[in-house]
Amino acid sequence: MSTENGSTSRRALLVKVGLFLNGVVGVVLAIPIVRYLMSPLVREKNPGYLSWLSLGPVAQFPAGQTRLATYRNPLVNPGDGPTADLPCWVRNVDGQNFQVFAINCAHLGCPVRWFPQSSLFLCPCHGGVYYQDGSRASGPPERGLFQYQYKIEAGNLMIQAGQLPTPGQPVANKLGCRKTCA
Amino acid sequence: MRLIEKLGAWLDLRLQLGKPIEDITKHPVPRRSASWFYVFGSAALTVFILQIVTGILLALIYVPSAGEAWDSLQILNHQIALGWFIRALHGWGSNFMVAIVLIHMVQVFLFGAYKFPRELTWIVGVFLLLVTLGMAFTGQVLRFDQDAYWGLGIGASILSRAPLIGPWGVNLMLGGPTIAGATLSRFFALHVFVIPGLLIAFVGLHLLMVLKLGVNEWPMPGRIVRRATYLQEYHELTHKDGVPFVPDAVWKDIVFAAFVLFSIALCAVYFGPFGPSGQPDPTIIQTAPSPDYFFLWLYALLSYLPPSAETPILLIGPVIGIIVLLGLPFVAGEGEKSWRRRPIAVLVVLLLAVMLSTLTQLGGHAPWSPVMNAWSSFPIPSEYLRGRSALERRGSLVFQAKQCHNCHSLDEQGGKRGPALDQVALRLTEDQLIRQVIQGGGNMPAYGKNLSPPETTALVAFLKTLHPAGRAPAQDASRSAVLQ
Repeated sequence: MSTENGSTSRRALLVKVGLFLNGVVGVVLAIPIVRYLMSPLVREKNPGYLSWLSLGPVAQFPAGQTRLATYRNPLVNPGDGPTADLPCWVRNVDGQNFQVFAINCAHLGCPVRWFPQSSLFLCPCHGGVYYQDGSRASGPPERGLFQYQYKIEAGNLMIQAGQLPTPGQPVANKLGCRKTCA
Repeated sequence: MRLIEKLGAWLDLRLQLGKPIEDITKHPVPRRSASWFYVFGSAALTVFILQIVTGILLALIYVPSAGEAWDSLQILNHQIALGWFIRALHGWGSNFMVAIVLIHMVQVFLFGAYKFPRELTWIVGVFLLLVTLGMAFTGQVLRFDQDAYWGLGIGASILSRAPLIGPWGVNLMLGGPTIAGATLSRFFALHVFVIPGLLIAFVGLHLLMVLKLGVNEWPMPGRIVRRATYLQEYHELTHKDGVPFVPDAVWKDIVFAAFVLFSIALCAVYFGPFGPSGQPDPTIIQTAPSPDYFFLWLYALLSYLPPSAETPILLIGPVIGIIVLLGLPFVAGEGEKSWRRRPIAVLVVLLLAVMLSTLTQLGGHAPWSPVMNAWSSFPIPSEYLRGRSALERRGSLVFQAKQCHNCHSLDEQGGKRGPALDQVALRLTEDQLIRQVIQGGGNMPAYGKNLSPPETTALVAFLKTLHPAGRAPAQDASRSAVLQ
């Protein structure tokens, strides 16, 4: 009679308790899983996201010229292979001031190429063009080339890099140099 | 024979699969649905199975490490016996799969199969399209070459434009601050575990609903779908005038599947595998990345959109597109199925087909891209130099040296970014030429700072000679009057 009803409802309750316990365990497990998945976002453990990196002696970059330089990503993992080395364009404006441009077009990140004869950067993907100072000349980009902040330390040109510059996160948006400049 | 029957009976007692399989194979389909138009769904499934098999075969050799993936692809192409063929099958299989899924979708749309009660079948189909495209994009990344590397940069650049979450999304997508080993690892996990898992689950649901609800009847103009009566009508149609799925309908599926597999194999043998192109070394910048064919339309669109409209269209466009596709069966769940009575549906399909194929065609040519080596590779045609003055020939040198040829073609050679200059003197007067060269405009950079006055004079002198022999160059009418 009522015992039968009672036992059924007790088992139904036990099912609910079991489901609840699974829910609790699920939440407890979800926290570390989400934390694991979010690890690329947690910057304090990843000092490589923005570090001062050397591009080599300043003498490598003659005044008035724009040259390709490469630097090693500050955050290198064993499987990175050739992707650990990244290029950038260094313009020695007048022997005193520099501009260091990201290789990535401000449109969609393709590698821009410098043409010294016409003093233009051309992008092979959608035809973005920039003047020698990195400002937009024509094509689809909405802005000039991304620029890294730089400083000169012990005769070496240093840039603050380590993150892929994108239109949504242009890395160093401010032009010119910091107070640490020579 | 009796042994086989005995074995069958022994298995069936334990598996209990005989009856369900018989139900599936013998289920009645409308007589006219046993048609060649209804073979694309099963063909897509066939290609998917081919992709699973060839994918597993590739995984035996492929190394999902940014440092070694490219080398392992070279080993597949050149050292492992017939490794190139397996790669080619997988690559061509992906092209065929995207194409067949799209054809299937168009057929289903034009035949009104998304209407009641098959709304959910259509919605799962939309998800199947999305995961298929996801497989295509992630697969292109696993072929870890220059195109893959810069393609990731393009994906990151698009994603970064999303408000608020953009920069986070980029780091999550790349697995770190830059494109590196972690990026390839997560795309490998997506391509090999996550998305195929979703694909298998969605395919299972999709097939289950096709079996439970029955295949769409051949749409007849005037036969209106109504929620109240459709199920009854369909039941009568299949049970009074139906044919069993096996063998009446299935033989066409089987024949077409064989045809598709044969075509893929033929393409694989004839055209070979896709790439890999150059090493994924970002310091090698002499590259012109372009996507695989199913994303060429997007590549073209990104070039033609006005800069100010690009971000909103990129971010909002896909959302609207997906909402429209998902909402379709709810907005038009009843009514006419036949495409003969749905002119707007036919027009939409034609418009999209023309748009996508035009953009794809343009994406293959990429006329908006400067030809980076035109200035040093394509000489000025000799007939443009014959009988010219020293100044004009000097101007032709300026034309080459200043990379004008990268964007402007002469005699069909060179870039197509700007207009061809073979007849430029007919369009622009001397003053207009000087202004255009110095100030730029109309998507041309200003060369004022990069050209000395003598260079400008020489260049314009050369440009003034670019007109057909019998036609006079453009002249400012007022000039002769003033100079008189």
